[in-house]
Amino acid sequence: MQEREIRELIEEVRVGKLPRRQFIGQLVALGLTAPMASMLLMHSGIAQAQPASTYKPTKRGGGGALKALWWQGATLLQPHFASGTKDQEGSRIFYEPLAVWDNEGNLIPILAAEIPTRENGGLSADGKSVTWKLKKGVNWHDGKPFTADDCVFTWEYARDPATAAITAGVYKDVKVDKIDSHTIKVTFAKATPFWASAFVAAEGMIIPKHLFAAYSGAKSREAPANLKPVGTGPYKFVEFKPGDVVRGEINMNYHMPNRPYFDSIEMKGGGDATSAARAVLQTGEYDYAWNLQVEDEVMKRMEAGGKGKVHVIESGDIEFIQLNPTDPFNEVDGERGSIKSKHFAFSEPAVREAMSLLADRKGIQEFIYGRTGVATSNFMNNPPRFRSPNTKWEFNIDKANQILDGAGWKRGSDGVREKGGKKMKFVFQTSVNSIRQKEQAVIKQACQKAGIDLELKSVTGAVFFSSDVANPDTYGKFWCDMQMYTTTMTQPDAERFMDQYTSWEISSKANKWLGRNICRYRSEEYDKTYRAGEQELDPVKRAALFIRLNDMVIKDNAVIPLITRPRARGANLKLVSTLSGWDLDFSTLQNWYRET
Amino acid sequence: MGSYIFRRLLIALPSLLGISVVLFTVLALAPGDPFEELATNPNVPAEVRLLLRAKFGLDDPIWQRYFRWLSAMMQGDWGFSFISRVDVDKLILQRVPVTLAVIGASQILALLIALPVGIYSAAKPYSWFDRIASTLAFIGFSLPTFFTGLLLIYLFSITLGWLPFVYSSDISATGWRWWWEQLRQSIMPVLVLGLFQAASWTRYVRSAMLDVIRLDYVTTARSKGLKERVVVMKHVVRNALIPVVTLVAMQMPAVFGGAIVTEQIFRIPGIGSLLIDAILRNDTPVIMAVTFVFACLVIIFNLIADLLYGWLDPRISYR
Repeated sequence: MQEREIRELIEEVRVGKLPRRQFIGQLVALGLTAPMASMLLMHSGIAQAQPASTYKPTKRGGGGALKALWWQGATLLQPHFASGTKDQEGSRIFYEPLAVWDNEGNLIPILAAEIPTRENGGLSADGKSVTWKLKKGVNWHDGKPFTADDCVFTWEYARDPATAAITAGVYKDVKVDKIDSHTIKVTFAKATPFWASAFVAAEGMIIPKHLFAAYSGAKSREAPANLKPVGTGPYKFVEFKPGDVVRGEINMNYHMPNRPYFDSIEMKGGGDATSAARAVLQTGEYDYAWNLQVEDEVMKRMEAGGKGKVHVIESGDIEFIQLNPTDPFNEVDGERGSIKSKHFAFSEPAVREAMSLLADRKGIQEFIYGRTGVATSNFMNNPPRFRSPNTKWEFNIDKANQILDGAGWKRGSDGVREKGGKKMKFVFQTSVNSIRQKEQAVIKQACQKAGIDLELKSVTGAVFFSSDVANPDTYGKFWCDMQMYTTTMTQPDAERFMDQYTSWEISSKANKWLGRNICRYRSEEYDKTYRAGEQELDPVKRAALFIRLNDMVIKDNAVIPLITRPRARGANLKLVSTLSGWDLDFSTLQNWYRET
Repeated sequence: MGSYIFRRLLIALPSLLGISVVLFTVLALAPGDPFEELATNPNVPAEVRLLLRAKFGLDDPIWQRYFRWLSAMMQGDWGFSFISRVDVDKLILQRVPVTLAVIGASQILALLIALPVGIYSAAKPYSWFDRIASTLAFIGFSLPTFFTGLLLIYLFSITLGWLPFVYSSDISATGWRWWWEQLRQSIMPVLVLGLFQAASWTRYVRSAMLDVIRLDYVTTARSKGLKERVVVMKHVVRNALIPVVTLVAMQMPAVFGGAIVTEQIFRIPGIGSLLIDAILRNDTPVIMAVTFVFACLVIIFNLIADLLYGWLDPRISYR
């Protein structure tokens, strides 16, 4: 999709010809995120949809206890140290950001009085600053008022290298100024089309200045409030045992009317995904379970228990196969998989195309993933309603055979193809996971019919996904012919996601295999387009460039996308939760209630 | 006696030191990094991870880190977890009550079953009771705890819906309700662990009893006209218990160590799950502390077992 087409679409949304939802869906299908698409509309001066409130309770409290199960328990409750979503979710019960993303990419104000727009003067014309108006009359749990000073402090705290905050990336390149007691201005070094990252969503939680001011920088670990959070959220802190349980009680002075509904909240950790699903879906012991990485068939059987159901929320996670363009088994310049070497088969575009034809995405979706996986050809998102016109997928063994025959790969006496004395025998690795082993088997079967012999290898997840320099089996080293895993798009802006195919990110000995370009894709055109996207100030042009990047990787068959993996969450039948694929599960916790 | 204990404790010191050196080296050489998650998260700048490593002293040579750890440990500072940044002693203390309650109760249950059943089986070998008990014992220790655990969950939580299978470390109820809830959630894990332990202990008690019951002094006691009950309880059991005491004493450190698999199944926040989480996340200070405490307990309970021998068998003296 070109820039012009995007502009036309935006125009159609403006005049009301195209529903906003559909616009976002189309851009998501092209590899952008919903928040990014929503930003495009905002830049063009189209107001956000005002999601109708579905919140029914007419008074605060009285809802009993909300029991949530996280099979990885929260280990710390300081949002700026949180290394995984489990910690961010635990912190989010107590702390709040200025705004959150809903499932359609709308920004929903939490501690902000309103979302900044061109019209209300929040966004500057040059795209270099955002002015946030804060909600008045909000108090911290200890009764002190929440003001602009807290926001400025949060920025200072997170950007200080001595604090070593995990969120430093968001705050180090911006400047935050206090305009008045309830207005702040975030200034960027250069014009930034995607302005909603500081103080927004998971990395935007604001911490109280009066409790953390003495513990900024090197002393950050010693703050007592690290273990006893005092926030502005719907629940007040009661108890925390790292890795086990987080407990909160209702905040009777919460800043939104009639909220929250529950009198207390418990977030219990530990165990495994399957038994978490069971406790919610089958026995009803718990109300909510996070991240159910369980086979759909098993979950369906549990749902038959009639206590809960599975919620499937679209997001940006993709299960895909990488084909190694380098020689993974022989050393060149003292390095296996060196970028200077060439793979005997995968360096041929024809072979890559054939491999893509041999991936039975539909079979994998139907027989392995069910509701928790949707066949895709797009590297990023692809909801079924908006299949991208630019890339397509098909499963066709005959066609693969023809292509391989045409490329001069002849079948040997054992049925395995060969060319120039090299047999088509590939090592295919992934992490140990029953679902992945089934996928491997499906692909091996199809390859066998095309005269390709796959040797399946599975590596324990803790080793495979580690960045251990000494271990030969990490995914970063990619010392085999093919590998498969899921890449996640955690950030709402696609820039960081797309850099995983730029040549300077190629994973190699020099960067200790920490480079993000693990499949060692190299294309001058890609690099140039990416650079152009980085520099581009016009959000529409920038979006068009990112879409082109996405298409390039797919058309080249450098990677073979298989399945998009929506988030699966389990909830009690009566629990009304508002979930977003672009933010934390607890991003709108204040709106959760139980139907009577 | 006093000097014996003193001597034993003195010998324990170098072995503890040796254990700590081995543990520390193995952990330092093992692959992995507590900040792994950050390396693979593109949102986190690489310098944050490097800063954290430097801040927590992970880049120093192993020997430096070891001596820093040792001198801190001597002063009672156990360090803090890299992951949760909480002091390690706090983390462990949080987990001790639950571990002692669940694992301790299961060991007591095991003893309460193993002793009477083992003794009665040996008193009447090859009777129907003995045969049934032996069969059950074999079944008991051939079934792994993860299997019996899932079986019980299936039966009592899913099919019948009587018991919860998620263990909650503190229940909000008070008074009788608290005890009732505690009982309900503890029954299954305690049964799983207790029956497994009881099965093997029953066999030990039985064979130890059989060794003793055929000795001449037992025949003498019987021919004196003593009641069978007195013969068994006073003359046989006391002597037969010596090997059993060693077994039980050696099992006691495990009470502290927790039960990794069972804790995982029932989500019991015990030391076992703390240890396994720490290992998975390369949280060296926590692994060091837990394993070190464990090593101390093994040494102490060895000593206690030796002291108990003397009490049970006056012929053994300490020199």
